[in-house]
Amino acid sequence: MKIKNVKEFEEFKRNIAKRKKDIVISVSSGTCGLAKGAEEVFEALKKEIEINGLEKKIEIKATGCHGFCQYEPTVVIKKNDLEVILINVNEKDSKKIIESALRRKKSYTPKEIKEFVSKQKRILLENNKYVDPKNIEDYIAIGGYTSLSKALNMEGKEIVEIVKKSGLRGRGGAGFPTGKKWDMCRNQKSDKKYIICNADEGDPGAYMNRALLEGNPHLIIEGMIIGAYAIGADEGIIYVRSEYPLAVKNLEIAIKQAEEYGFLGENILSSGFNFKLKIFEGAGAFVCGEETALISSIEGFAGEPRLRPPYPAEKGLYGKPTNINNVETWANVPFIIAYGWKWFSSIGTGKSKGTKIFSLVGKVKNTGLVEVPFGTTLREVIYEIGGGIKDGKFKAVQIGGPSGGCIPEKSLDKKLDYEEISESGAIMGSGGLIVMDEKTCVVDVAKYFTNFLRYESCGKCNSCREGLNQMYAILDRITKGKGKLEDLTLLEELGEYIKKASLCGLGKTAPNPVLTTLKYFKNEYLAHIKEKKCPAGVCKELIEYSIEKEKCVGCGKCNEVCSTGAIDLENYKIEKEKCIKCGACYEVCKKGAITIK
Amino acid sequence: MNKKIKGLIREEKNLVKILLEVQKEIGYLPKEIMEYISKEKNIPLSKVYRIATFYKAFSLTPKGKFHIKVCSGTACHVRGSENLLNFLCKYTGSEPGKISKDGKYSIEKVNCLGVCAIGPVAVINGKYYGKLNQLKLKKLLEKIENEDKERERI
Ligand SMILES: Cc1cc2nc3c(=O)[nH]c(=O)nc-3n(C[C@H](O)[C@H](O)[C@H](O)COP(=O)(O)O)c2cc1C
Ligand code: SF4
Ligand code: FES
Repeated sequence: MKIKNVKEFEEFKRNIAKRKKDIVISVSSGTCGLAKGAEEVFEALKKEIEINGLEKKIEIKATGCHGFCQYEPTVVIKKNDLEVILINVNEKDSKKIIESALRRKKSYTPKEIKEFVSKQKRILLENNKYVDPKNIEDYIAIGGYTSLSKALNMEGKEIVEIVKKSGLRGRGGAGFPTGKKWDMCRNQKSDKKYIICNADEGDPGAYMNRALLEGNPHLIIEGMIIGAYAIGADEGIIYVRSEYPLAVKNLEIAIKQAEEYGFLGENILSSGFNFKLKIFEGAGAFVCGEETALISSIEGFAGEPRLRPPYPAEKGLYGKPTNINNVETWANVPFIIAYGWKWFSSIGTGKSKGTKIFSLVGKVKNTGLVEVPFGTTLREVIYEIGGGIKDGKFKAVQIGGPSGGCIPEKSLDKKLDYEEISESGAIMGSGGLIVMDEKTCVVDVAKYFTNFLRYESCGKCNSCREGLNQMYAILDRITKGKGKLEDLTLLEELGEYIKKASLCGLGKTAPNPVLTTLKYFKNEYLAHIKEKKCPAGVCKELIEYSIEKEKCVGCGKCNEVCSTGAIDLENYKIEKEKCIKCGACYEVCKKGAITIK
Repeated sequence: MNKKIKGLIREEKNLVKILLEVQKEIGYLPKEIMEYISKEKNIPLSKVYRIATFYKAFSLTPKGKFHIKVCSGTACHVRGSENLLNFLCKYTGSEPGKISKDGKYSIEKVNCLGVCAIGPVAVINGKYYGKLNQLKLKKLLEKIENEDKERERI
């Protein structure tokens, strides 16, 4: 069914509004939901509806991730203005859920979710609760593609001005002003221009983009069409990593539907504007998130960054002007067009406007996706939204992924703001927040990131390729108790050198995890070097497992999982010679009787 | 090599796309096919190898009957994914990038599967399992093996 013009679109919207059922049940079915049994819950609820002949009254849909990942499967029941959120849902509860949905007269939010959403401002994520990503009409029903219809009535220049004034900055990491970038590309004279959505999401431990791609693909597509129109591009590519199969699938469906309904293709809504959109599946290389490497990868080569300028805006894909933005950047665009730049710039702080999605993970009580206005402090995110540390004491939070840094307790009152985070030696990055407690070893984490990056380095620059290998070798010997005091100076010197001499952002920021941990947690490095101890009990060569007699109840679970027969339960001992420090006994002991020294 | 792959190699210009498609169809990149691509497209074999080894999605070895991806992303790492991986190697007699002798298992170490909130995570033949530890994984593998035996019996 093709919508030919604005008039038809308005009529279409009125028609869908009429079709709405009394009760709508959404089952959060993103990858994390599915991993925890969302599909079974969905099927059970659907069956229950059918058995009771309630199809006309109740609509059920499998939506994307609601962001309450810790409490999946989650279900949201919407009954007119009432909203009921259910967590840790079991398929066996389907009968009860349907009965209560029919009876319900009051909204309900569990206290865990109340705590979790209290300080959030969910603009981008909110609709993941209501939209079936496989159904474009769901998106239209909540106002989708209305911004596009509005934008097509404006001049491209006007749209660029609005985006400029809104203060929107790129969410892919560097925070470059989006309007300025668009303007650069728009001003290029060329018969062909491209736009690209960077959905490579390479930061290991972050998944904000996945949730949007899976849960609300049309939002990104709409943002891209508006951007393409403003810039004057007629072709777009979504570069999505192949580790996200569900995102790829939902995007494919969404693009096909957008074509069928006439939002993609020739003469969109009779505006004379043509735009086609394709997906390119990334083949798995962190460095391909860097824009010039990404372009080279689409062209069929190895993803090696090149020197800028020329910027992609001047010479990008196949040598043509190209505008690249992150998934979340594109997703903001329809909102800015719908509510205006004034509204957008009223949210946030200083030079950082709007909201930002973070993936809050690691050793925190409530893990999941958090959307907050810029200016919220790290303490608010970790303690008020995240509910604090699971069991133990806070040590650090890693922000910005492998390019970022570890921030200690004393800096937790820093605001989430591009400039303020940079001052601490970390970077805002794309939104990964990994919380660490006293059982996380920061030297091990620094080594982890360095190891990750030395494998991901494209190898073009000597400083990055060899420098990171050397840095890893030093860190490795420190974690094995073979480090020397001079190693710390060496790490600092090497870090500064790699930063200065490398070509692309990967190398330029690669030493950050090491340098920030050295800055804030020097004592922990010293403990490894001087005392040959790992205070967090992580580095295998420096720890020993033992059994605490007082706490042991003799259940024998540790013995069952020990693959080397190192446990001597009668004497409450672990035989050193046999123990391979795999930690299996530690994982299974519910009494905390296995201790690490 | 089936018709579909031959057709694709003929039509498609983009080497990354060709290799991705082959990988999807066959599960890995056999040497013969890379040689065939090199000849057919007139690209030096070294260049085909360069691409095949640059990107992590490509595997030069076949996959086992059970292909297990273990996440080693940051969130999973701080929750003990390394112990999980070590256990898995020991249990299956395989290691990342290799197939076990009996052809049953292959292991892949991946950077992040995007389900960090429920880490540590593993994916076995496309199905995601979260909040794992060594014991849970062992039980899971035993269950899968038993189901498989049952299927083969029937
Ligand atoms: C090593 C490296 C990896 C990157 N990975 C990503 C990524 O996964 N996603 C992303 O959007 N940007 C990534 N970037 C940033 C991009 O180069 C680029 O700045 C961004 O896509 C621009 O979009 P934005 O202005 O909307 O942020 C990466 C940069 C570097 C140096
Ligand atoms: S800094 Fe590292 S990743 Fe970037 S171009 Fe140089 S070698 Fe490649
Ligand atoms: S870090 Fe393991 S799924 Fe993201």
